[in-house]
Amino acid sequence: MAYDKFNILTSTAVPLSIENVDTDQIIPARFLKATERKGFGDNLFRDWRYNSDDTPKQDFVLNNPIYSGKILVGGKNFGSGSSREHAAWAVYDYGFRCVVSSFFADIFRGNCLNIGVLPVQVSPEFLEKIFHEIEKEPATEIEVNLQNQTITLKSTGDTESFDINSYKKENMLNGYDDIDYLTKMKSEIEEFAAERPF
Amino acid sequence: MSKTLFDKVWDSHVVRKIENGPDVFFIDRHFIHEVTSPVAFLGIKSRNNTVLYPERTFATADHNTPTINQHLPVDDPLSANQLKALEENAAEWGISHWGLGHQKNGIVHVVGPENGITLPGATIVCGDSHTSTHGAFGAIAFGIGTSEVEMVLSTQCIMQPKPKKMRINVNGELGFGVTPKDVALYIISKLTTSGATGYFVEYAGDVFRDMTMEGRMTVCNLSIEMGARGGMIAPDQKTFDYIQGRSLTPKGDAWDKAMKYWETLSTDADAVFDKELTFDAAAIEPMITYGTNPGMGIGITNNIPEAASIEGGVATYKKSLGYMEFNEGEAMIGKKVDYVFLGSCTNGRIEDFRAFASIVKGKKKADNITAWLVPGSHEVEGMIRKEGILDIITEAGFTLREPGCSACLAMNADKIPPGKLAVSTSNRNFEGRQGPGSRTLLASPLVAAATAVTGVVTDPRTLLV
Repeated sequence: MAYDKFNILTSTAVPLSIENVDTDQIIPARFLKATERKGFGDNLFRDWRYNSDDTPKQDFVLNNPIYSGKILVGGKNFGSGSSREHAAWAVYDYGFRCVVSSFFADIFRGNCLNIGVLPVQVSPEFLEKIFHEIEKEPATEIEVNLQNQTITLKSTGDTESFDINSYKKENMLNGYDDIDYLTKMKSEIEEFAAERPF
Repeated sequence: MSKTLFDKVWDSHVVRKIENGPDVFFIDRHFIHEVTSPVAFLGIKSRNNTVLYPERTFATADHNTPTINQHLPVDDPLSANQLKALEENAAEWGISHWGLGHQKNGIVHVVGPENGITLPGATIVCGDSHTSTHGAFGAIAFGIGTSEVEMVLSTQCIMQPKPKKMRINVNGELGFGVTPKDVALYIISKLTTSGATGYFVEYAGDVFRDMTMEGRMTVCNLSIEMGARGGMIAPDQKTFDYIQGRSLTPKGDAWDKAMKYWETLSTDADAVFDKELTFDAAAIEPMITYGTNPGMGIGITNNIPEAASIEGGVATYKKSLGYMEFNEGEAMIGKKVDYVFLGSCTNGRIEDFRAFASIVKGKKKADNITAWLVPGSHEVEGMIRKEGILDIITEAGFTLREPGCSACLAMNADKIPPGKLAVSTSNRNFEGRQGPGSRTLLASPLVAAATAVTGVVTDPRTLLV
């Protein structure tokens, strides 16, 4: 099942300059009770975004109307903790297509790639520059070019390249996923399985 | 060429290598539970796929189950719906299902080893990050997302780049009152929650060699909390003794054949790791966390570090202490606690209940403490009764609940109320992890027990004889 193709994304960004954002913050466990992939964006960052009486917390960045866009910029070690793919679903469902940080937790990074959200790892210095520019001018646009593997701050022209393996890059550019690949090699897998000791 | 334990198991499961891409990686054993599997089954339907090897997948209900009155219908309609979906999906595809009330039901990472599903040299995944637990047996075991759950169901493979290799050695002898949980929290406090990201860890040295299988499971369980994909320990006689004769372990000739393979599962003497760390067992104290990630831990007699002494963002550190309502420089010992939670895939095994009982025996639960004691499985629950532990804890004023993940992630009704402080034997102290606004101190079953009888954070060594 294909997902959206990703090529060049130019957008304003939402800055969340907190380190070690864990997936329990991205989507708390009590919102994992659905049996379908629907509506998780409503509860993205639920407990940072809303008070216990469901009124918005005014000081949280998602509630600040001056920030918007399809790119979420997070602090170092983004997405640590629970393997819940619901965290990536919530990020996607809210409208983000790209998450930028100076460091990602492994499982969250993989989950993002599997659903068509591009994780872009930049240097700590570049991350600081992004936060600084957005703070100065919330309308700052960022261009993420997957084909060229570059991320560019449009206001300053600062640019940096990022890593992605060529297999995943092709998948993202074309909107393919791993299951498309794996189902095509079923007989090879069956031969392998027949040799397993247990 | 010399290989590490991890190389041996990983390389033997690669179906296809993709140049500048991931390996197509074969999965021997797959656990599923009610929370992260429903959407995977929907995916199978929508693509017109099937479950390729239903006999390699095992379903148990644990994340979202009540821990009292399990014989009654589940109150929460959303939880009930997830449990029903698991049962129906398992039935539709012929997958073994240990649902609520089944005698083998319990937390997935407790029942897997108990039933001999977890084997040395196997590859094991589950839509749960604490799948790393099974590495205690010399398996490669790690958590996956729901897209990958669908991949395993439909093709028995996932696509993973091979992680880098790290070895963590702890040598010497552990001090009095120091448990496997403390060893793990100590290592995480040194590495931080991202220190092992990108790596798969092998634990080696005297301390892990001398550790029981339950202890090894606790350590491997917490590998993910330092960012590692998983952690593993080479199998030895202790491992083989633990698994032999369990309901689903190989028997007869199959056992002998497996043993020949398992005996090859250790790191070659001259194998090279990408990173190697060594710690001294004598430096480890009973540990406790003071912040909002598992890396924020200290020896229980220490004070909360000053922000200036912390590597990394001061603002994030202060936000964390602000959430905990703690101040830099404060002592942890003596802090008044409201809740004690004994349980979870980290510390919900029989040995953890033995440790808890060793402290509370002959004492009384403190009046200000609400205690939730939750066995990891019905099998653990049965042993608690059989060994007389139930009598000891009942006499001390505690009650025993029924198995499940419970307050570790608080998906069910077991939620620590807002603002309340809990000492928990579980694995995560993230903001709101144990319920919105809850504050968690992670510690060993001994620290939990000592705190439960005094009502304040207590060094268990002062109560152990």
